[in-house]
Amino acid sequence: MNFEKLKEELPEKIAEKIKEVSRKYKLDENKKNKLVEKVKDIYEKSKYEPGEAIGVVTAQSISEPATQMTMRTYHVAGAAEIKVTLGLPRLIEIFDARRQPSTPMMKIHLKKDYNTREKAKEIANKIRELKVEDVVKSSVVDILNNQIEFFLDTELLEKYDVTPEEISKKIKEAFKINIRTSKSKITVKLREGEEIKELHKMKTKVLSLNIRGIKGIRQTIVRREGDEWVILTLGSNLKKILEVEGVDTTRTVSNDIHETARVLGIEAVRNLIIEEVTKTLEEQGLDVIPRHITLVADMMTVDGIVKPIGRYGVAGAKGSVLARANFEETIKHLTQAALAGEVDTLESSIENVMINQVVPMGTGVVELVFSPKKGKK
Amino acid sequence: MIENIKFGLLSPQMIKKMSAAEITKTEIYDADGFPVEGGLMDPKLGVIDPGLRCRTCGERMGNCPGHFGHIELVKPVVHILYTKTIYNILRVVCHDCGRVISKKPLVGKSKRTCPYCGAEVKTVKFEKPYIYKLDGKTLNPQELREILEKIPDEDLSKLGIKGGRPEWLVLTVLPVPPVTMRPSITLETGERSEDDLTHKLVDIVRINKLLNENILSGAPDFIIDDLWELLQYHVATYFDNEVSGLPQARHRSGRPLKTLAQRLKTKEGRFRHNLTGKRVNFSARTVISPDPMISINEVGVPLMVAKELTIPVMIREENLDEMRKLVLNADRWPGANYVIRPDGKRKKITRENAEEIAKELSPGYIVERHLQNGDIVLFNRQPSLHRMSIMAHRVRVTPWRTFTLNLCVCPPYNADFDGDEMNLHVPQTIEAQAEAEILMEVQHHIRSPRFGGPIIGCEQDHISGCFLLTKKDTFLERSKAFQILCEIGMRPGIDFTLPKKNKISGKDVFSMLIPKNINTEFKAKACRGCEKCRKEKCPYDAYVVVKNGKLVCGVIDSKAIGREKGKLLSLVEKFCGTEEAHKFLDRVSQLGIRYLDHRGFTCGLDDYDIPEENLQDIRKYIEKTKQRVNKLIEKYYANEIEILPGRTAKESLEAHILAELKGVLSYAEKLVLENLPKSDSLVMSQSGARGSLVNLIQISTCVGQETLLGERIHRGYRKRVLSHFNWNELSPEAHGFVKSSYKSGLNVYEFFFDVMNGREGLMDKSLRTKHSGYMERRLMNALQDLKVEYDFTVRDGRKVIVQFVPGEDGIDPAKSDWGEIDVENILLNTI
Repeated sequence: MNFEKLKEELPEKIAEKIKEVSRKYKLDENKKNKLVEKVKDIYEKSKYEPGEAIGVVTAQSISEPATQMTMRTYHVAGAAEIKVTLGLPRLIEIFDARRQPSTPMMKIHLKKDYNTREKAKEIANKIRELKVEDVVKSSVVDILNNQIEFFLDTELLEKYDVTPEEISKKIKEAFKINIRTSKSKITVKLREGEEIKELHKMKTKVLSLNIRGIKGIRQTIVRREGDEWVILTLGSNLKKILEVEGVDTTRTVSNDIHETARVLGIEAVRNLIIEEVTKTLEEQGLDVIPRHITLVADMMTVDGIVKPIGRYGVAGAKGSVLARANFEETIKHLTQAALAGEVDTLESSIENVMINQVVPMGTGVVELVFSPKKGKK
Repeated sequence: MIENIKFGLLSPQMIKKMSAAEITKTEIYDADGFPVEGGLMDPKLGVIDPGLRCRTCGERMGNCPGHFGHIELVKPVVHILYTKTIYNILRVVCHDCGRVISKKPLVGKSKRTCPYCGAEVKTVKFEKPYIYKLDGKTLNPQELREILEKIPDEDLSKLGIKGGRPEWLVLTVLPVPPVTMRPSITLETGERSEDDLTHKLVDIVRINKLLNENILSGAPDFIIDDLWELLQYHVATYFDNEVSGLPQARHRSGRPLKTLAQRLKTKEGRFRHNLTGKRVNFSARTVISPDPMISINEVGVPLMVAKELTIPVMIREENLDEMRKLVLNADRWPGANYVIRPDGKRKKITRENAEEIAKELSPGYIVERHLQNGDIVLFNRQPSLHRMSIMAHRVRVTPWRTFTLNLCVCPPYNADFDGDEMNLHVPQTIEAQAEAEILMEVQHHIRSPRFGGPIIGCEQDHISGCFLLTKKDTFLERSKAFQILCEIGMRPGIDFTLPKKNKISGKDVFSMLIPKNINTEFKAKACRGCEKCRKEKCPYDAYVVVKNGKLVCGVIDSKAIGREKGKLLSLVEKFCGTEEAHKFLDRVSQLGIRYLDHRGFTCGLDDYDIPEENLQDIRKYIEKTKQRVNKLIEKYYANEIEILPGRTAKESLEAHILAELKGVLSYAEKLVLENLPKSDSLVMSQSGARGSLVNLIQISTCVGQETLLGERIHRGYRKRVLSHFNWNELSPEAHGFVKSSYKSGLNVYEFFFDVMNGREGLMDKSLRTKHSGYMERRLMNALQDLKVEYDFTVRDGRKVIVQFVPGEDGIDPAKSDWGEIDVENILLNTI
């Protein structure tokens, strides 16, 4: 039997399985052919039928279990992990395609040569963002002398392996400002003529200054996964991370949808959405077939840009005026339609429900091919 | 059939052309209570009183759709819903020649000149709600309209306007909607109460008239401007009464008026309430109750309901006698309620006129007969979250007052019997009935499209019963086996033949129900996941083997016949068809119940008795854990605690403590598994019928840690949760560790912690529903147009291809095996 040919006739997965099963049961050629025929027959019968309202079924399949989800936002999986947004809030966040996920995260895979605990730790330390505030014990705004004093935590300095000089150099570079440095104190003096209220602004600016590492990476955790070491990060900066040496650029992912769209493109986003939704549902122990999730992901990405499920995205870009008016912002859609002289051709479901006509779905798609001429007998 | 709907702007000419009457008078009715001509209830605008004929079209109420009127506004006013649009137009056109001179809105101070006429471009300012300023000078609507008039037709497409002329956005004539859409109601006192729209229109007519009089009498400009402004206000609120910056127009009682925009908007508006949601006839609603003896695709309908709901039957030669009988029965079930003569006249059938009508009956008549056994009806429970929330059932008329349904169909409806109500609809046409039968009947929905497994399956006692029946050591007297099988409606010799033995094993009894072509092997719920599976020789009888429809070994539990998991059930549905699966499910569930009837099944407190020495063990273990936790706390105070990455010392401590306390439950788990007495409670848990191991542990040994938001309980009084503890105490019991069991009883603070946990669950549930509800609405709106086309691509409403092959392999999950095609099962069951 020719498996290559079989792959053309049946989905690859099924063809593979036939191969596997016939090997397992040591089938002879005759039985193999019989099996293939039967599988083909059943596959034909299991296919979708034209007119199937696949979108509605998908929407139901995702939202019905969502009613059973917990609202619990945070989850601590194991003792040493990062808290992540999960459950219904995360699901809504994905479908909304929010600009910023509430817990941006990355999972960094490493190249073979770097796949040891030590190297992973080294990279993890290197990319972790260190801000001035991370090593400052306390800071004082000295209005009298028009200056700010930062008291450094020497223990932390040692831990993160930075010197006060390094820090003050960074501050100097960033703000071009007068600075005095001692072993545990950095004093920033404002330029002449600057107002006092600038002091407080300056304080927050200095505190959030990046000393080293990659911007946005707030926390890193090295973890063993299977037979390799991976780095989990809180905070995401896909572009910069992919430039880091030793990072496996083919498998490293971020959970930030828009960032992924910018850096890796729309197909990557599609996969990310599928991945994230599946993960969220699975974590809650809900059983949803991945094909439903792929459809939602496809719908969000068909136009080449990430569109949220909602009034500013997929639902707001409908062809039908009535369908849009029915969803949200009724008045806006009606007035704009009148101005633009839009014509609603009543081609999909909800408009036809409104005017009491048969919905062109399921048994409603069936039409006569022959159309009698109007006005003639 | 409506082919399309065109949207556009109404021109003043058009408004006048379609108008049946000009409205000029402020009075609605004259002294005698008749509508005034030229008033807002002008008889030319349609009829709302029964019996009268329309002055315009001559039709009666119900047939006359109503006719528009119009009001000539003395001075033009801005259409409030288009104020933003007008502003945007003003920003891109030359105010002198009307040509479009810029793609982007003109901003900034730099003076520019119009490339067409050379006039200097003025800056436009818009102040809410409807004031426009050109270089600081306020434009009145008249001047505004003049600018818009200048825009040449060929420039309109650049502005994206195709529905009409921009000057029509400044109204000179106002259409008055027909009375049929703003009917007045007569109160019991005989007083007339007008619709909100009528009230608003009266205001407009009144001010319009006043303004006209003032202009004619040459009143000073400021009076005219004031009145003009007032007219503008009334017209604005007539369109939308929720404009920011405008005070709401109110009814005399102080209630804000519901004007045009409010009628359409929101959930209660025309669109969502009336157009997408429709009210229907031929439906019933009542409380539901269970009936395990009816089939899964049946529904018990109370006689009272059956006599009220009807199905129209066209009389033919063939059914004339039958229908005549029904008519003669009149209101005695099975009877009929109405007869429709060929000329369309309806007649109510009463006991008095039944004979007369029966004689008159002939082909062509339609009889509206009572609901009878076997009729197809749709059955639904809200919230309708998925397509299995409405399914077709067969009627079974009962003498009771509730709808009854088989317990197996509770999960798809998510129904229970604590007072739930359900709806029933009767399809009226033969087409609808056929469609319901073929597409919607219960047995076609055994498999859920969500996960590709059975969502309708055996529940609770059905599983317990089958579990006990199919256990290795269950043997029945031949006569008893015979009786049970007969009790579930199987016919000896036709549906089953018992082996010729005196003692019949439970497995053999169960085998009688399995279709003969079923072959499979799978692991039951009792499987302990041993390292090396011994298959048929499993010591726990957890390896199920079915050969040619005979249960060779293994015990039947939730993994075989339960919902969401039932492998055997899924297989029967797949390889024997839905009808066979329907029969199988009916029989298996009844078999479970019948066997329990014979054997007896009960739970008691002593089911949870654990030997005293084991209880001692667990207490000791808890004591030890507490000591370990205390050590952790000491460490914490000494600043020696092992800090987890990204956590503070306190958070780390909490994590450590939680991990320690979890150990208690896993210890208890082992203990309970080994020492709990064999009881029916244990059977329920083991077979997967109801209850989990955790429930057993919490009842018998120790409830364990109560959590709030996934952490130990910290809320409460200052520095402590309850006054039973010391300030800042960190010990297990001070933060929700319950060491008692439900059976032994909780002490005061333990009880409080337990309730806190319970309350969190309740809060969570009620808060969650609204979020998931909105998500469902959005998802539904985004995806509703997607369908599989004849070329097997998935396309949306715009006919854009979303997927080339639906689901990437084209398999409908509702026809699949957990989303896939199980080649191995095909091999085993067909070849």
